[in-house]
Amino acid sequence: MLSQIIYALPFLAEGFAVTLWVSLLVVVLSLIAGVLMGVGLVYGPFPLRWAVRIFSDTIRGIPILVLIFFVYYGLPAVGLHLESFWAAVFALTLFKTAQVVEYLRGAVGSIPKGQSEAAMAIGLTFRQRLVYVIFPQAFRRFLPPWINGVTDAVKGSALVSLLGITDLMQAINQVIGRTYEAMPLYILGALVYFAVNYALSLASRRLERRFSFIRE
Amino acid sequence: MGYTLNFNLIWRHFDKLWGGLLLSLELAVISIAIGIVIGLVLAVWYVSAGRAVRTIIAGYVEFIRNVPLILLVYLVFYGLPTVVDIAYSAQTSFIATLSLYSGAYLVEVFRSGLEAVPRGQLDAGKAIGLTPWQRLLDVRLPTMLRITLPALSNTFISLFKDTSVASVISVPELTYGAQWINFNTFRIVEVYLVVTAMYLLTGYTLLFALRLVERRFKAAR
Repeated sequence: MLSQIIYALPFLAEGFAVTLWVSLLVVVLSLIAGVLMGVGLVYGPFPLRWAVRIFSDTIRGIPILVLIFFVYYGLPAVGLHLESFWAAVFALTLFKTAQVVEYLRGAVGSIPKGQSEAAMAIGLTFRQRLVYVIFPQAFRRFLPPWINGVTDAVKGSALVSLLGITDLMQAINQVIGRTYEAMPLYILGALVYFAVNYALSLASRRLERRFSFIRE
Repeated sequence: MGYTLNFNLIWRHFDKLWGGLLLSLELAVISIAIGIVIGLVLAVWYVSAGRAVRTIIAGYVEFIRNVPLILLVYLVFYGLPTVVDIAYSAQTSFIATLSLYSGAYLVEVFRSGLEAVPRGQLDAGKAIGLTPWQRLLDVRLPTMLRITLPALSNTFISLFKDTSVASVISVPELTYGAQWINFNTFRIVEVYLVVTAMYLLTGYTLLFALRLVERRFKAAR
């Protein structure tokens, strides 16, 4: 039993690398898209605000699994052909982007209005106000929940196995298909996911404590 | 290209989706009911327990929260029967998994709720001569439930969405119904449009209804 699992380790490690790669892509892409859309939600004109609100509430209202299937099976029907890997990354990025939008809204919303007004009073432009006044303060409120939310990307990435992508989850299932050692392999997989995500949650909690001295 | 929407086949098989939606709701309701029991017992135990018990409860909570739900579903359905000699259906297996899953989230919710009950209320209970059990059941828990109600309804709605994972072990809930229609009729865009609308409508109706309940039972501040 043990020898079979040791034999499978390199294969599992490759799957784990795919899991990390999917998560990393999703986290980076959603951070960019989410911050841009979040700024649109907080400061944008009415139609933009409205569009971002609908986007975020729709995405957060449906299961990630449905989102993944919709993107994977639905896009070719409208003429967009993405490899399963990129379809999965796209779907997970949509899901994470909606989260980032909400983190940003929460963080920026927690900065007292007086800060904005003071910046305006000394003649800073909109971009300067964001870059020098709002974002440096909002950053401390944004970072802890955002890091904690990275675990959602790692956990969500396990669903890409359903599109036939050999991530850690799929690699585990394939090794079980050959060795019939279901329990040890699932536990091994659980421990790997746990190690990654628990480290992220600890980092988030530590940062939160580190930043908690700031009161209005 | 040149794809024209045609919902006829979706309506013909709509019973698959409707039945699926009802099963999704049923799975979520049963799981949160069991999850609430797990959460309450462990949270009350946690706040009064010693270090060892606390570590074990925290271990359970952290483990569940940091592992993908789909892996837990596989583990309970395919993994567990290889080491213990019990047989259960996919549906039972999923309910067990989702109950343990929601239980872990609710321990945290209830624990912070218990800690948020004002100290003065417990002292007042003591002053009028309530026993420790009465203080827990008549003072601490009711106040805690009012405080945690919003978090409880959020958990319920996210569990409703999580029931979609049951499709991976062929429990015929809403997402499974969608896949069935997807593979049998190839009206792909249509079926996912309809299913997305069903999840959204149900989710937001639940949210709205639960917010009304929350307003009714809002904790006095």
